Amino acid sequence: MANPSAEKTTDSSAQGTGAMAVLAPAVGWLIPGAGHLIQRRWGRGVLLMASVVTMFFLGLASQGHIFHPNGGDILDILGFVGDVGAGALYVIATAMDWGHGAIAHATADYGTKFLIVAGLLNFISVADAYHIAIGKKP
Amino acid sequence: MNLQLSHFSAAVLFAVFASVVFGITQRSGPRAQFRYGLYCFVMFVGGVLVAGWLMWLLRR
Repeated sequence: MANPSAEKTTDSSAQGTGAMAVLAPAVGWLIPGAGHLIQRRWGRGVLLMASVVTMFFLGLASQGHIFHPNGGDILDILGFVGDVGAGALYVIATAMDWGHGAIAHATADYGTKFLIVAGLLNFISVADAYHIAIGKKP
Repeated sequence: MNLQLSHFSAAVLFAVFASVVFGITQRSGPRAQFRYGLYCFVMFVGGVLVAGWLMWLLRR
């Protein structure tokens, strides 16, 4: 015999998981590490946030170049895709007109790579937050 | 602010942050995450050192 209260609990739990499966990646993209934090994975969230944010600001401090939406060279398009992965960091840096990347020294290009990789690492953490939300990962 | 990292310090910083993210996202338990992160770090920095020595040999 079916237990109505058990079914109701399962339904609300599934709804919660479904909502979190959308919310966690979205929040995680906007604020690096926050997708884990809202699921109470405090340690992982803080470490991911520290890694992505530090890498992004190291890139800016090294005179890295921030790519804007463009339809030109394929590497510029891919650079934009990488940069935009950093979420709010990218939006803030664009709004503040940072990241012009005046290449004045040999290692300045590392800054550009740091900015792109910070975004790409955030994409990986977004996927991880999603896997936690759907219960695929503890 | 104008930070000028050396090639090696840039590579080590890159390795640290990438390894932290790889460790956390690619493994489940804390111990496995730490071990995989450490493995990635050693591979990143080891790869830099091996590539550096290979270039030194090619240059001779």
